Amino acid sequence: MAELKFNSKGRLLFTKEMKKEYTILCPSMAPVHFQLIVNVFNNCGYHFELLTNDGPNVVQEGLKYVHNDTCYPALLVIGQFMDALHSGKYDLDRTALVITQTGGGCRASNYIHLLRKALKKAGLPQIPVVSLNLSGLERNPGFSVTLPMLRKFLAALVYGDELVLLYNQTEAYEVNKGDSQKLVDRWIEDLTEQFNHGKGLSAREFNVNLRKIVKDFAKIPIHKVPKVKVGIVGEIYVKYSALGNNHLEDFLREQDCEVNVPGLMNFALFKVDNRLEDIKLYGGNPAKYAVCNLLMNYLLKLQNILIDAVKSEPKFLPPCPYAHTKSLVKGVIGYGSKMGEGWLLTAEMIELAEQGYENIVCAQPFGCLPNHIVGKGMVHRIKTVNPRSNIVPIDYDPSATRVNQENRIKLMLAVARENLVHGEND
Amino acid sequence: MRVGLDVGSTTIKCVVLDDTDQIIYKSYERHFSQITQKMTELLTKLKQEVLHGEPVRLTVSGSAGMGIAETCKLPFVQEVYSTRVAVGKLIPDTDVIIELGGEDAKILFLTGGMEVRMNGSCAGGTGAFIDQMATLLNISLDEMDQIAKDYEKIYTIASRCGVFAKSDVQPLLNQGARKSDISASIFAAVANQTIAGLAQGRRIAGKVLYLGGPLTFLSQLRYSFDQALKTTGICPENSLYFVALGAAFASDTEIDLEAAIQNVEAYGNTANFLSIPPLFANDAEYEEFRKRHESAKVPKGDPSQYRGDAFLGIDAGSTTVKAVLIGKDGEVLDSIYQSNSGNPIPIVKNYILNIYNKYPQIHIASSAVTGYGEELLKNAFRIDTGIVETVAHFTAAKRFLPDVDFVIDIGGQDMKCFKIHNGAIDNIFLNEACSSGCGSFLQTFANTLGYEIPEFARLGLFAKHPVDLGSRCTVFMNSQVKQAQKDGATTEDISAGLSVSVVKNAIYKVIRAASAEELGRHIVVQGGTFLNDAVLRVFEKELGVPVVRPDISGLMGAYGAAIYAMGKSTGASTLVSKEELESFQHEVKVTSCGLCSNHCRLTINIFGKDRRYIGGNRCEKPVTKRSSGSSLNLYQYKLNKLRSYQPVAGKRGKIGMPMGLNFYELLPFWHTFFTDLGFEVVTSPLSTRELYLNGQSTIPSDTVCFPAKLMHGHILALVEQGIHNIFYPCMSYNIDEGLGDNHYNCPVVAYYPEVISANTSALKDFNFIHDYVGIHRKHDFPVKMHRILEKYFPDIRFSEVKKAAKDAYNEYDRYFADIRAKGDEIIAQAREQKREIIVLSGRPYHLDPEINHGIDKLITELGAAVISEDVVSCKVKRFPTAVLNQWTYHARLYAAARYIANQKDMNLVQLVSFGCGVDAITTDEVRRILENENKIYTQIKIDEITNLGAVKIRLRSLFAALEE
Repeated sequence: MAELKFNSKGRLLFTKEMKKEYTILCPSMAPVHFQLIVNVFNNCGYHFELLTNDGPNVVQEGLKYVHNDTCYPALLVIGQFMDALHSGKYDLDRTALVITQTGGGCRASNYIHLLRKALKKAGLPQIPVVSLNLSGLERNPGFSVTLPMLRKFLAALVYGDELVLLYNQTEAYEVNKGDSQKLVDRWIEDLTEQFNHGKGLSAREFNVNLRKIVKDFAKIPIHKVPKVKVGIVGEIYVKYSALGNNHLEDFLREQDCEVNVPGLMNFALFKVDNRLEDIKLYGGNPAKYAVCNLLMNYLLKLQNILIDAVKSEPKFLPPCPYAHTKSLVKGVIGYGSKMGEGWLLTAEMIELAEQGYENIVCAQPFGCLPNHIVGKGMVHRIKTVNPRSNIVPIDYDPSATRVNQENRIKLMLAVARENLVHGEND
Repeated sequence: MRVGLDVGSTTIKCVVLDDTDQIIYKSYERHFSQITQKMTELLTKLKQEVLHGEPVRLTVSGSAGMGIAETCKLPFVQEVYSTRVAVGKLIPDTDVIIELGGEDAKILFLTGGMEVRMNGSCAGGTGAFIDQMATLLNISLDEMDQIAKDYEKIYTIASRCGVFAKSDVQPLLNQGARKSDISASIFAAVANQTIAGLAQGRRIAGKVLYLGGPLTFLSQLRYSFDQALKTTGICPENSLYFVALGAAFASDTEIDLEAAIQNVEAYGNTANFLSIPPLFANDAEYEEFRKRHESAKVPKGDPSQYRGDAFLGIDAGSTTVKAVLIGKDGEVLDSIYQSNSGNPIPIVKNYILNIYNKYPQIHIASSAVTGYGEELLKNAFRIDTGIVETVAHFTAAKRFLPDVDFVIDIGGQDMKCFKIHNGAIDNIFLNEACSSGCGSFLQTFANTLGYEIPEFARLGLFAKHPVDLGSRCTVFMNSQVKQAQKDGATTEDISAGLSVSVVKNAIYKVIRAASAEELGRHIVVQGGTFLNDAVLRVFEKELGVPVVRPDISGLMGAYGAAIYAMGKSTGASTLVSKEELESFQHEVKVTSCGLCSNHCRLTINIFGKDRRYIGGNRCEKPVTKRSSGSSLNLYQYKLNKLRSYQPVAGKRGKIGMPMGLNFYELLPFWHTFFTDLGFEVVTSPLSTRELYLNGQSTIPSDTVCFPAKLMHGHILALVEQGIHNIFYPCMSYNIDEGLGDNHYNCPVVAYYPEVISANTSALKDFNFIHDYVGIHRKHDFPVKMHRILEKYFPDIRFSEVKKAAKDAYNEYDRYFADIRAKGDEIIAQAREQKREIIVLSGRPYHLDPEINHGIDKLITELGAAVISEDVVSCKVKRFPTAVLNQWTYHARLYAAARYIANQKDMNLVQLVSFGCGVDAITTDEVRRILENENKIYTQIKIDEITNLGAVKIRLRSLFAALEE
């Protein structure tokens, strides 16, 4: 059995032996993306398992082990881990946890430390926690993101974005309920099978797959009727995770809306771009700038392939190119505001409104610091940029009740429906 | 016929229209949360008495109606939207609608760009809030409205959330403020809350409609809105029914009424909510529980037989008055436990007089008072000593369990828990203003549901499926309860669920314990709320250990005070005599203090000729007529030092800077920088309440921290002075002091200029310079800064900027050197005078007296010296922390905690602004560092308005513990 090793600061390391023996639990967030990403890791020699446990006990465990004033996502992620560890399903001497760490100026960079505190509190100090980051924050001998891995990882991200995008644009109008979901499931299976055989990740196969997926979705019979179109933006976890946002997407679909949840690709671009912006604003190392620029260009290339693939079927609305998204906030908010979702959140709201999704739910954890600025703080200005925008900020936390949240969303929808009718009459 | 049903959080309203849109039936009643039952009754009645089998089109609206409508497949329309439909039809020339409901507040702008706004989930200034306040004042809503007409003064009451307001109102009551003034102040607070929270910068003008219950029934509330809006709003006919009317107008689907009634009825029977096991599995378990707790008994004596010296202890709590008279052996001779009805004085007067009259053979040899009303009662009745509540409770607890190591007291309004370590109070937990799941919380709910509290508690004991309600504040709980009821929970289940939530709130939110071992093995529980068997049972179950509940659980504070009085007795008490009491007079005057710029609203209590007590003051000036400025206060020194950076006239004219957030530290830097460049640097004045209120309506996020909210007022102050150039830069990074892994500012400090820019329309014609600036890169700074300034002032040369930058960095260093030297001087002086040194830690902007509420002075008044964290943080080398140490300000906190760990005479008190997300992380880490070295950690949460009473308890307990 793998020996427990610590670094000089006393942090428990994830060793090479552990890589062989341990199961690494991964919290869920964006379900489609994460399934693919987990498969990439498994393809690279790790034993990842995506957590899907849900329900009130997750929140209870979170409340028990995390400072209650900490952001809701931290509470949920840690609660989900604790709930899993206490479920009896895992050998606690052969289990590790993985969590992302962005290194930004927001509290989220501290999740990993809060998680370790929680493990200590729960009497589970033997469980190693692996930091997944691109900033070189914490290193582990048994875990490293290599360049080929990074490429696969990014490919998975793009596949995820495409599947979600096409699903949302099709599901709302499908003639046979369930067609789109079946197709998403089939493709996840298909892509996983490809990954397992080391396929689907080269530039060429990537392009082929993306176009095939578009073709498949185009074949689903639909009946296009005018529907209320709702965009979802927000703090990244609450935006994507049904656990975090009380199944917001399902609720909106039940209300007969078409949902648009902007993808993760722009977020990845945004995070890399921040390093460039930092150097532009404050000065810095030109070599670092060049490296980041390289990565940036690679990501842009991937995004272009995705956009072109979606464009191959005119019935679908492709994602906006990053440069366009970025240009939308010029004069609205500065590119230096990078903590959390930063200016990107504001940009996504303007972009959604521009694309006809002017009804927007801005989902945020109660008291989320960056959201005071880039979410609620910008609603007024967005309204002057695009008077049609109909934005409702919704707070999520352990005790915010669904009734209250849904009531406010319904108010937004009532206005949206009225606008929809007026729009038709125009 | 068309029917509109408005099922709100507290009431059901119904309107039936005939084919000509005439109202042929309407009804309005409170549903006491028996929603499905009331709805079934109402529909049945409609069917039999109004509709007579005619075809009916029906629509449901209202927050509580949403779920029912969905499940029962009835047409639903959102309530705000419904209001708009009704107004559009009935009063089409309306400009703005203000509607207050049980739990919601809404503003609808109809003309000039339609917008609808609803209060967020953390905003209580609504009907339920006014109900709570009336309960607190112990008067009916009608009375409240009546007496508010005779107000003389308006007090400042936090208008953000009901819980906050409560902690403002309580001290006012305890200081003896008039109920008419408080009532009017509550209405004014609601008006302010609604306008500031919902208008968000948009002007309310034109034809304004007032709708909903509170605005219909309370004329003085309408008056407050009129005052605040400087207009006269209209409360139209049927103002209660607009939502129902809108729903009726919107009805276009014919329904089968009989089927609807059956569906609604069936809906009530689906017990589909999250529940936990019953509190007692069977009667035997309850019997065992009851017997065990019966044994914790205090000795009793017969007052009519007792002769000689006795000792009086009084506990003037937030909602109740308790008094205990004990004999020489600690036996209880007599006691009272009574609601203070908002004024404890007549109760205590009658009680003491009663003892004098009934038991002339008893001689009161000493007396002590504790609790919120300590000062007031001490002055009113010349009570011998005052004692801090925590010490009183500890003293009493020791009588029941000599080796007690944990005491938890849940009272009406507050919760106190502390650990006992080596015979001294070690670690105090008080509920912060936001989580007051206490006795009055249970009481309010009991009343809402139509019960008295003892009966309500009994119901919970044997509930079959207690509801799991989570553990959060009252405002949230309302909707949670609503939802549970909607899902079919019984009153029994809810009663038990609320008890669970009180306990969970205490354990997980206030104490934040993961296990019982953490709390201790010898636990005494007390306070009125534990008289409730359900709460007690849940507490034991949750912790897994039996605890001791003294039979005088509600009287422990008073009992402890009496024992304390016995210990301090000299044989002769100063307590007022029988004769004095018989001619006792109490008069209250309200005035504004004019001794400094704070202008505190003072309540002067006059008792006969020789005694008076002044309440409402933030400092000792109005009492002692002396300035409380102590030389051992670095906060004062720093503030004065910053104010010495005065404008110097320059060739480039004026540039304004808002005196808030990071300017509290960077003013020396920017002042020097811009003065060097030939600008006259003008800062906004120090924060005041007026300055804050002036900017309040432009705040987009009501949950951001108070220091950030103040910035809106500061910017407006500069705008109103006509200063065209205003400088407030965005700064992701702060100076790297080498203490942490990174040197960020928190997101709010970093980017608040963006919020100001996007939400302050008054800045339109101003030059608001809020570019991104990096002072952390000393060499790049002049280059980048020159490029920024060039955009606004094309004549600025690089060489000028370079020189100014150099001087600015030097001045920044000089400023810190000066502060640190002064800090060291204070430390040396304090040590010479053998004073405790408090490192009052927080952020640079906690210097602002409007933010720290004079807590620095409070500490010096208690005899200690005050320094700030940056004086000692520089004395420590970088060390590993258990959290990512990435913010400059916060790294100082960890370093300061580390430094004082082995300084015997230094203790750390951390100021935390409410809503500061970052401090959720720092507080735990600072606590960990201190507790590793056996130091006491004290945290004080501050907000827009802070209950200094609670702060005092913390500080006095800290000093009491240090004395041991």
